[in-house]
Amino acid sequence: MRKTLMTAALGAVMAAGPAIADLVVVDTSYRTGPYAANGIPFSDGYQDYFTLINERDGGVGGEMIKVVECETGYNTEKGVECYEATKGEGTLVYQPLSTGITYQLIPKATADGISLHTMGYGRTSAKNGAVFKNVFNYPANYWDGASHAITHILNENGGDISGRKIALVYHNSAYGKEPIRTLEELSKKHGFELTLLPVDHPGQEQKSQWLQIRREKPDNVIMWGWGVMNQVAIQEAVNIRYPMDQFIGIWWSGSENDVKAAGDKANGYKALTFHNLGSDYPLYDDMAKYVVDAGKAAGAGDQVGSVLYNRGMYAAMLAVEAMRTAQELAGTSAINAAQMRDGMEALEMTEAKMAGLGLPGFGPEFKVSCENHGGDGMGAVSQWNAEKGEFELITDYFQSDQDVIGALVAEDSAAFATENGIEASCN
Amino acid sequence: MFYREAGDFKTSYAEDNQTFPIKFDRYRYYVVLLIAFAVVPFIINDYWVNAVFLPFLIYAIAAIGLNILVGYCGQVSLGTGGFMAVGAYACYKLMTSFPEVSILIHVIIAGAITAAVGVLFGLPSLRIKGFYLAVATLAAQFFLVWLFNRVPWFYNYSASGQISAPERTVLGVPVTGAETAPWAAYMVCLVFVAVSAILARNLTRGMAGRKWMAIRDMDIAAEIIGVDPLKAKLSAFAVSSFFIGIAGALFFSVYLGAVEVGEVFGINKSFLVLFMVIIGGLGSIFGSFAGAAFLVLLPVLLKNVLVGSLGWPTDLAAHLEFMIVGALIIAFLVAEPHGLAQLWRVAKEKLRLWPFPH
Repeated sequence: MRKTLMTAALGAVMAAGPAIADLVVVDTSYRTGPYAANGIPFSDGYQDYFTLINERDGGVGGEMIKVVECETGYNTEKGVECYEATKGEGTLVYQPLSTGITYQLIPKATADGISLHTMGYGRTSAKNGAVFKNVFNYPANYWDGASHAITHILNENGGDISGRKIALVYHNSAYGKEPIRTLEELSKKHGFELTLLPVDHPGQEQKSQWLQIRREKPDNVIMWGWGVMNQVAIQEAVNIRYPMDQFIGIWWSGSENDVKAAGDKANGYKALTFHNLGSDYPLYDDMAKYVVDAGKAAGAGDQVGSVLYNRGMYAAMLAVEAMRTAQELAGTSAINAAQMRDGMEALEMTEAKMAGLGLPGFGPEFKVSCENHGGDGMGAVSQWNAEKGEFELITDYFQSDQDVIGALVAEDSAAFATENGIEASCN
Repeated sequence: MFYREAGDFKTSYAEDNQTFPIKFDRYRYYVVLLIAFAVVPFIINDYWVNAVFLPFLIYAIAAIGLNILVGYCGQVSLGTGGFMAVGAYACYKLMTSFPEVSILIHVIIAGAITAAVGVLFGLPSLRIKGFYLAVATLAAQFFLVWLFNRVPWFYNYSASGQISAPERTVLGVPVTGAETAPWAAYMVCLVFVAVSAILARNLTRGMAGRKWMAIRDMDIAAEIIGVDPLKAKLSAFAVSSFFIGIAGALFFSVYLGAVEVGEVFGINKSFLVLFMVIIGGLGSIFGSFAGAAFLVLLPVLLKNVLVGSLGWPTDLAAHLEFMIVGALIIAFLVAEPHGLAQLWRVAKEKLRLWPFPH
């Protein structure tokens, strides 16, 4: 039995075979499991943008982009399998879309010289490119997010939140625990009281956490949730009549999927974001013409313009711009993974560039460098408008508390460097 | 024809009682070992190690461990994931506290620590059995995962609560961390699997194993003929947890390298290993291997065929995978409730008589 299976497996792998040339990008998606509702739109947006570039422009610098999709189900072991199965194809960049998988891949990808772009998630201290050579988390990271939420609360309360009670409802995993250190530091700085309320994977069971919120009546609730956890949390908040405009989710807790289930009562719920929302951009006309109407859209093609679709598209756009930068630097269009890394490190996003792509004002301006793989920590707050059925930006982009975060990044990346015997350098 | 016994004479009890009494079977076993040790390491690459061999070998150790408890001693346990977590966290704490000691020794000590924890959670088995015991071990599963999530000491106060394996070497060759060569990781796990299987096989056919089986078949009768249920049950928990702890330690340090307890060692892991034992065959060492192979390799194979060769959408393939694996499990258990090991046994019986069955 065992032998037959192995022979058959070997046959299948041989048949799959590696492809030649092209710029290869892997989409480690999850269209199944408890996180599928959020995994699908992101993956659709990610793939559609590459399809658009191929269909409209004939690829990047004349090289077609090949997207390899691999289903992880948000499961770490499957993510590792996906990575090993696809890295041999000359993959330029991975976008794991899971903090757990990112932690697995950081050492592996660094050893293999392949880049990871963990946009708005993953290991925050990877911002320090002197230590994490192949990991990029621009344009914003979790610690920025934690600071954005607090800054927003500060702004709403005239700059003084001492003595205020703030609760953090978080996914009890590496992902959910990321903001805790930062929030603790910020609570020291601004004098608010922090309550931590962990929710176990996958997050359907939150009765006791919300009972505690009802009892303690925190002035603000911040949420670090993903997948089904978001829906349940917002429904529970509606059930205990928690004021929605005091409830702020991280960017992964702010999509239509999360609020629609709770109906009109979810109106006013806030979520952070590091890119713009809606589909009112010139690029979407091309998207409709070349991808959706041409029947080439990924998935069911019904996600265009949703928050997470935009985010997936934004991730793909940053990847394509990094490819262009890499091609310029390397002087060749057929770049390899090492050249792609250099391209990502030299990436600069300006307003003019985004406007040229048909996405004016879509994301913050930033410039990547070896010292800073994480952008400038710009973010904004969006709010759910139940009547219109969409999230709307209610603030401009503002910067996170760089004093607090810079120190934490330096500390954590130094610890990682010592643990793993890495010599930090930028030459 | 293949399994000829004619001319295969035994002249001593030792020969008669060996694990593979038929010559052909014995040689086949040697050939498998030879290929595993002397051929595979030279042809193996990253993909085969990380997607196929490491999970297969490590789950095989866990399945052997659970098989001792469930298959040989009849104590149903749903705490496997929790015990694997104990092995992983023990290994992590040892690795970071005593970096100068060999990782191999740490893995074995992690197994011993898990054995102690296993005995602790095995205590209720003296009063309760069957489904009630399953629920008690389920409590162990949830408690242990909660503990490793709750107490920062276990993950060295890291900000994310993850544990990650630093680089450790055996004879100068890195076996954990990113620089590990595929063959090195494979060899470490292979050695542990081979030793575990030989140990388990000899334990189960010796006095300890007979006591366990007596308890499994009828505990009151066993007590009457002089088996001490306390010692028998607790030793089964200890030995079983020892293997599961080793599996957990290898799973964390050699295979994944970084672990998040809730996701990797959750209740799903307990079920997965239990299914391996049931599908492979209760009370069979070969069954543990067969079950691990079935549940680790089949999904990878299906994925490669459906997505890689046929080019189907990944989500459709993922859903189909669940359905096909589920249907096959049901089909297997309907056709042969004693698992793959029994199928193999029947096939061997048939082959012994083939082509002249009487």
